[in-house]
Amino acid sequence: MSDQTAAEGEVNQIDTDYEIGQDNIKAQIGPFGLDIHNPVFLISGLTVVAFTFFTLAFQEQAGAWFSDLRGWLTSNLDWFFLSAANVFVLLCLVLIVTPLGKVRLGGKDAKPDYSYPGWMAMLFAAGMGIGLMYFGVSEPISHFNSSIGGTAIEDGARTDWAPLGAAVDDPLAARDLGMAATIFHWGLHPWAIYAIVALALALFSYNKGLPLTMRSVFYPIFGERIWGWTGHIIDTLAVFATVFGLATSLGFGASQAAAGLEYLYGFPNTDGSKVFLIIAITAIALVSVVAGMDAGVKRLSEFNMIMAALLMLFVIIVGPTLAIVTGFFTNMGAYLSNLPALAMPFGREDANFSQGWTAFYWAWWISWSPFVGMFIARVSRGRTVREFIICVLLIPSTVCVLWMTSFGGTALYQIINDGFMGVAEANSDFKLFIMLSQFPLAQITSAIAIVLVIVFFVTSSDSGSLVIDTITAGGKVDAPLPQRIFWCSFEGLVAIALLLGGGLVALQAMAVSTGFPFTIVLLLACYAIVKGLMSEPR
Amino acid sequence: MYQRIMVPVDLAHLDRLDKALTTASDIAKHHGAPVSYVGITSSQPSAVAHTPEEFEDKLIAFAQDQAARHGLETSAKAYVTHDPAVDLDQTLLHAISDTGADLVVMASHVPGLIEHIFASNAGYVASHATVSVFVIR
Repeated sequence: MSDQTAAEGEVNQIDTDYEIGQDNIKAQIGPFGLDIHNPVFLISGLTVVAFTFFTLAFQEQAGAWFSDLRGWLTSNLDWFFLSAANVFVLLCLVLIVTPLGKVRLGGKDAKPDYSYPGWMAMLFAAGMGIGLMYFGVSEPISHFNSSIGGTAIEDGARTDWAPLGAAVDDPLAARDLGMAATIFHWGLHPWAIYAIVALALALFSYNKGLPLTMRSVFYPIFGERIWGWTGHIIDTLAVFATVFGLATSLGFGASQAAAGLEYLYGFPNTDGSKVFLIIAITAIALVSVVAGMDAGVKRLSEFNMIMAALLMLFVIIVGPTLAIVTGFFTNMGAYLSNLPALAMPFGREDANFSQGWTAFYWAWWISWSPFVGMFIARVSRGRTVREFIICVLLIPSTVCVLWMTSFGGTALYQIINDGFMGVAEANSDFKLFIMLSQFPLAQITSAIAIVLVIVFFVTSSDSGSLVIDTITAGGKVDAPLPQRIFWCSFEGLVAIALLLGGGLVALQAMAVSTGFPFTIVLLLACYAIVKGLMSEPR
Repeated sequence: MYQRIMVPVDLAHLDRLDKALTTASDIAKHHGAPVSYVGITSSQPSAVAHTPEEFEDKLIAFAQDQAARHGLETSAKAYVTHDPAVDLDQTLLHAISDTGADLVVMASHVPGLIEHIFASNAGYVASHATVSVFVIR
């Protein structure tokens, strides 16, 4: 390593002979210029196609096999997922308070690339926008229902799905427990997972001078070997997880949006309309891709943040205002007081909850982390580590508490205080719309909700294409635009194939299964972060 | 006739710029005009440089080298954009007004089918700039 003094302050760059793009193939195919990494582009493209065909051709076997694999991972390695996520949260909190938090990404005097509003909007849109729309109402209700049902024991094992010790026949305790469990799945832990990946990538790219791609994080561990097959495998795995994570979400998202359109306007909810929705979302994403980071994904993210904030304000004002305001503090308290028990990796009695919900969620967040983490890294140059973690961990977690309280809390209020059971009885796809139907202007707010769902998918598809393109171009961010268009269309096609062929559930199981190797990758990244930060001038 | 000439430079592909650089220096000498070399980078590490600062240093060194080689008055300016694959054209237009150039000399490739969908960078600049643009093919 050598100390280099740049105009923006000292950084401790890694001295390597590797030149970004040195393994790339540059070719001209017809009118299209290409600049792709050899062999990551080809291998990841081909394996995605191969897995899609394999899953469609052997649907039943593949479905059973991947579901078994996922089930095996989450029930036998639940302790591993839970422990690892706790490590990520603790490391983030430690970095905030220690002097390591003073290190600035990009050098001492680096200026932030984006202003706070644009930055935060992109963090949310990439991180969990779509999930908040879907699970904001449905998850608190699920935990509330299972908690109030109490525990059930058969052959010495719990068969109920309630978190911790449940809260039999006590609606208020069940509400608090349900909210705490939901916030647990959407609060510190998922954001810590994203923060670790993003911080590692940003540090090794902006301060160490390595290409912005997953393999760079492993330099402290594997050294120059990351430029060979070790690195190819890491990058291919990242592309793989991203494509299938996006394609399966796109498939499920189209189902939700189609359900919403059917409920609101009586649109036929058929395969044809779902395919149409995927094509429409992909088409808007393509326009956004061509418009670039600032005019595309940033502008859409900001638009969506404003819409989401307005929708939340509407629910707070028109809904049970006082209950939501007090609920925010009650839920925050319930979350923090139940946190140690909920995060405990060993000796859990609520196996269905801790394995079926928590371990599944952790694996799912981790399988998304290469994509979200890389996107966050891309937009975070110029922030100090402390500022970065506060903005990627603490603020989003707090906003999640507010969001869950507004949407889930209002739905629970309708059940407990108004005795309205509509939301509880509805299918998950409809819960949000039924909750909104109890308030004035339901036609308008539901339409806004559908627009939000669609635009969140557009931003995911756009930022996902950006990330995959960067990885498959060996860390180059200025590869020809047609490559990004290729990946964006490719995701749409994989999603359509899976939707029509019926492989969605199977491949979601597989995407979640990639969470296991990535958990190991992330634990190694923790070591790399600490080692990398220690060597930085502060 | 020309007061200042701007030459966009891709430091990663200097081999393709010979003709444009020679043309620019000939015109500059003829009119006694200074040349501004403009480079565009992202804030991520690239094949050319690890940081935007290193990029600017390399661009300045390049401009000094051109000055010594052709006996010109030169300057260099690096622009950092969030998404160079997309923002290049807009950034070049901004650079024209920023440097105050009244002639742009830039290299391009022979147009083909793709130019019907996406304009080449030089094609875009030639269509949208308010100053003269000399596209070298």
